[in-house]
This record gives sequence, structure tokens and C-alpha cells, in this order.
Amino acid sequence: MEELAIKIEHVSKQYRLGAIGGGSLKGDLQSWWARKRGKEDPNSKIGARTDIKTGEKFLALDDINLEIKKGEALGIIGHNGAGKSTLLKLLSRVTAPTTGTIGINGRIASMLEVGTGFHPELTGRENIYMNGAILGMTKKEIDSKIEEIIDFSEVRQFIDTPVKRYSSGMYVKLAFSVAAHLDSEIMIMDEVLAVGDMAFQKKCLTKMREAADQEGRTVLYVSHNMNTIRQLCDRCVVMDHGHIIFDGGVEEAIALYMGFNRENYSNHIFINPNMRDPNWPSPEVTIEEIKLDTPNGYIQFGERLVFSLRVQSRLDRDADVFVRVMIKTAAGSPITMSAVDSPITIPSNGETTKEFELNTSLLIPASYYLSFVLYEIGNIGADNNLDVLRDICSVTVISSDSFNNGMAWNPQWWGNISIGALKRGE
Amino acid sequence: MEQKFSTVIVPKTKLLDFHFKEVLKYRDLVFLLVRRNFVSQYKQTILGPLWALIQPLLTTIVFTVVFGRLAGLAADGVPSFLFFMSGNIAWHYFSSCLTQTANTFTGNAGILGKVYFPRIVMPISTVLTNLISFSIQFVMFLVLLAIYWAKGAVQPTWYALMLPALLLQMAMLSLGVGIIISSLTTKYRDLKMLIGFGVQLWMYGTPVAYDIGIVPQRFMDVYMLNPMTPIINTFRTAFLGLGSFDLLHYLISWGVTILILFLGLLLFNRVEKTFMDTV
Repeated sequence: MEELAIKIEHVSKQYRLGAIGGGSLKGDLQSWWARKRGKEDPNSKIGARTDIKTGEKFLALDDINLEIKKGEALGIIGHNGAGKSTLLKLLSRVTAPTTGTIGINGRIASMLEVGTGFHPELTGRENIYMNGAILGMTKKEIDSKIEEIIDFSEVRQFIDTPVKRYSSGMYVKLAFSVAAHLDSEIMIMDEVLAVGDMAFQKKCLTKMREAADQEGRTVLYVSHNMNTIRQLCDRCVVMDHGHIIFDGGVEEAIALYMGFNRENYSNHIFINPNMRDPNWPSPEVTIEEIKLDTPNGYIQFGERLVFSLRVQSRLDRDADVFVRVMIKTAAGSPITMSAVDSPITIPSNGETTKEFELNTSLLIPASYYLSFVLYEIGNIGADNNLDVLRDICSVTVISSDSFNNGMAWNPQWWGNISIGALKRGE
Repeated sequence: MEQKFSTVIVPKTKLLDFHFKEVLKYRDLVFLLVRRNFVSQYKQTILGPLWALIQPLLTTIVFTVVFGRLAGLAADGVPSFLFFMSGNIAWHYFSSCLTQTANTFTGNAGILGKVYFPRIVMPISTVLTNLISFSIQFVMFLVLLAIYWAKGAVQPTWYALMLPALLLQMAMLSLGVGIIISSLTTKYRDLKMLIGFGVQLWMYGTPVAYDIGIVPQRFMDVYMLNPMTPIINTFRTAFLGLGSFDLLHYLISWGVTILILFLGLLLFNRVEKTFMDTV
């Protein structure tokens, strides 16, 4: 049996809705007295929904069960309010669960936010000691590691300057370095890398990867940055409304999180106004209907995507419009765009349905979002957007046998475009 | 096969479970916090730790002029400056421990909301930090005392050896009251407003700015229930040879102190695990 680092059993965390107390003793007493007499609470907000009574329970986490093995790098993703941070708070023992038990094996280093416990008046060196001690290191342990920590942080030059003079990047670097060098069996990170520069982010990810692979440390990582999740984690959990809705491979988890709900997939989309980009709310020339010539959104690697658009004009003149299609990965990184080379003429107050062919043959097997833009070319040659539909539909490219000689493709290293095999010179 | 875990997190705690061993493990943190509190207090000041001397010195001068000269509340037979200073530094130790401990949770919500360490570490380090300030002030007091002693104006007694016990008791008492207030202020901030006033009121209920001789005899039994009164009295008996040591009231004051500290720990224990949700 593989050794577990963390075992979470039936854990729920309950919060009370509404203000927790009136914030003052007087307010609480007032509310209590009013309730006693059956009158309206004088402290409830005017127009507040009466069906949510103050004190109604809200489950931030609802019966969570999760086992994390030793040496595993687990990513946790989910929309805001899904319960990710609450879960990490419980694990780092900042607050206690309402029900359930959590078993933890080993020491936890949590880096929930930048520079936790840094005192602005103390120097970098003093803060390393301080922060280390807060994370549970003894002075001796820090003594033996201090040089390594300073080197890793890249702020040696400023180490004896009070940290209140540091830039926010330097803050993160120092904070991360301390936590990364803590002899903890479990590391918890919540969006800590968002502030550091790219080079440092990369260094941190490498360090964490090493920690998991070579030292057998367990890493829990929460982020909205799918690329870092992809680089670091080997397993991923998707949370939603206090539940774990998916537990498994990273790519599937990301696809699920990014909204690829295959069950409700439609290849025939009728546009309603709230699907439009709000910057162009009521265009006069609009895309009304998109139809993909693929029954369930799947295309084979190397195939081209055929689709048709129905475009409607409310202009009193014939309009010459162009169509642009933008392709993004499921994680939201733009891949490329493709536009028509000559305009399509829409008769005044009329509509046209046209078929197009998008060259998707270079896209590696994965899921993609498509965005559509209608635009005109103005008098001075600048383009002028008429209608913008962002991430309106998705396609999934599926692998063919010949793709990459049957080997797996690692998008985090190689990107999302395959330009074919490398040919030998004659 | 059941696996053993080094830490198990469960929702409810027992009425009183105080992990003394865990606190010991974090002793380095306590020392670093003490250092941090002390150093950061005087960073970017020209006089630095000298401020620890100037503050009580100024208060004592004010007391000597207002309560001593104008109101005539000092005890007879001892130099009024020493009389007020003795009360002042002892009271100052107690009151600063109390107010700072009372702000522990709300003032450190930033750290406490992010990482776990035994929460009691914070108030303990506060009490120790103030002990440093007290020591500086006490040395100043001893110097002045020695000067007056040489002139024959005061006569310290052997009770001076009780100083550690007095300090310990003040630390325990302020810790007790402080954590009661801080446990309550996580939810109700009202008490925070009251605390400045409350401490001042408490001072006037304690013979700091006047001699105990002016308290009418019929109120004495109630008056002596204030655990700080016997402490200040004993302090003055010890160093200024004023009055006589009152064992009964001294023991009662210890009883009250232990009761308050126990209540404080009980309350602290209740809120410790989840106070971050309400703070």
C-alpha cells in the first residue's frame, strides 16, 4: 500500500450567512431582543432577501473525501468560491472543520499568501528567521539553511535592508525561498507565484517539481494559471460549490474547468444578444447562427473544419464585411487567427449564409475555443469591429495513428501546433 | 490497514486541552517574536530603547506634581518621587501586557489567518517583551533607590526577594484578563473601545497614584479583592519599606489571579480554532 500524506474524510465546513453577529455587542443584543418580541430585526439590511435569514447555514465544503499520496503534486482548480482556499485553510490548521477528520502525515509548510508574517521594519535576514519560525523551523535549522535561502531568493544585495523598502517581487521571492527550504513533508501553495517575474516563477516550479520527484515531498497547489498547473501537477482536482467534481488527470481536469461540457455539446448555435462581447452590444451587422460541419465537435488531426455562418444586416446600404476566426487553447492561450481575404457583401437589411473552411490541420489533438469577429475596413484602412463572439464554440481535435509517430505530445513544452515531421536533406 | 497520522484535525476540542509540549517546540518563535516586538518598537527613533525610560519618568514627574504636591496623596515618610515611580513601573508593566494581549487576535489576524502555530505563543511573547521594558525601567528605579537609600531616606526590606513572584503574578493576571478580552473581541469590537478606559479606571482602583491610607476602612474588604492592590502594596513594602506585608490579602490576590487565568485559557481554548472565521 502506498503511503498517504493526507487523508480527508467527510469534511464539511459551515459558515453562517449574513453578518456574523452585528459586529458589535449592542447590535447583537438589539437583534436578539427584536427576535424575542417577534419584530423585525432592526439590523437587517433594507430590502435584504427575507428568505435568507441571518444565521442560515452555508456549506463552503460539503462532505469532502480526498486521499493524497506521499510525493504527489496535486493541483486544485475551481472557480472563485468553489472552496479551494477553505480546504487549504483547514489543512494548514488556520481554522477547524465543522465535521469530519483530516489526517496529516508530516509537517506542513503553507504559503497561502505573499510575505505572511513579514514585519516591515525588520531586515530581510531577520524576516527569514521570523518567517521560518512561524512555519515551525527552529533557529538551528534556519542557521544551517540561511545561505541557501538567500541565494535562492536572489535578493542578497538587499538582505540587510528593512523589507518595507522591498518591491513586491522581492517580497515574494524571499517568502517563497523560506517556505521552499523548510524541511516539511507537505507544501501548500495558493497563488503565490502570481507576483514574481517569469524567470523566478520557472525556478519555483522547478524547485517544487524537484521537491515532489526527488525528495518525496507532497505538493498541493491552487492556481488559476493552467499552465503552471500543467507544469507542476501530476494529478488534479476540480472543485465546485464545495464539492469535488473531478479527480484525475491534469488535462481532463483543465478541460472540465474551462467549461468543456461535452454532454450539452451543440454544433449548431443560435446567437442571442448576451453571448456577444459587451463592448459591441448592439451591432448593426450580426452573426445570427453558427453551424459546425461536425456532429459532436470532434475532428481528426490533419482535417479542416468546415462551418457556416448566417449573417444579418440592419444597415440601409450593402455592407462589405470580413470574418475572422480566433483559436484558443482550452486553458485560454491564443493559438492563431484566420480571416477571409476578400469581403462578403451583405445586402441592405438582408441576410446571407456562407460556408467557410478553417485550416485546423496543424492543431495538435486537444480541445480549442473558437471566437468569431465580423469587421469592416474603414476609409483609412483600419479594421472596425461589428460583432464579436468570444469563445462561442469549441472543437476537439482527436489523434490519428500517424500523429507524432504515435507518441504522446507534451503541450507544455512543445506548444499546440504541429508542423509535421522533420525532413532529412538529400 | 489503518494508517497512523502525525496530526489529526477534528472539529471539536475538549473543554481544556492545552498543548504545553507544542508551545515548547515553538520556543524559538517566542524568542523571535519577543525580539521582533522589541526591536520594531524602537526602529526609526533616535533615542531607541531610551524611550522605555523616558515614558515612566515623565509620568512619574506628572504624578509627583499633580497627585503628590497639589493633591497631597503620596505616603508619608518616603520620597514621593520614589513612591510614585514604584507604583508606576509596576502598573505600566501590567497595563501594557494587558492592552497588548487584548489586541493579539485582531492585531495579528494577518499572520494568524495564514499559518498555524499555537496561538498562545502570541500573548506569551507579548508578556515577555514587556518584561524587557520593565527590566530597563527597574534598573533605573534601582539606581534612584540606591541614591535615596545612601541618603537614608528609604529602607528596603527582605521582601524584595519576592520580586519574581510579583512579576509572575502580574504576567499571569494580565495574560488572563488580556486573553479573555481578546477572545471576546474577535466577535465584539466594543470591548476594544472600552479597554483604554477600563485600564485607567482599574488604575484608580489600585493604589498607584495615591497611598492606600486614604481608602476608608469600610471599603477595604472590597478594595482588596482587586488582585493588583496587594501586588503594588507588596512591591512598595519590599523596596520602600512602606507599610507591612499582608499575607492574607496577598494569597487572596493569587487565588483571583489563578481563577482569571484559568477562565482566560478556557475561553481562549474555545475560540482558538475557529476565531479566524469571525475576526
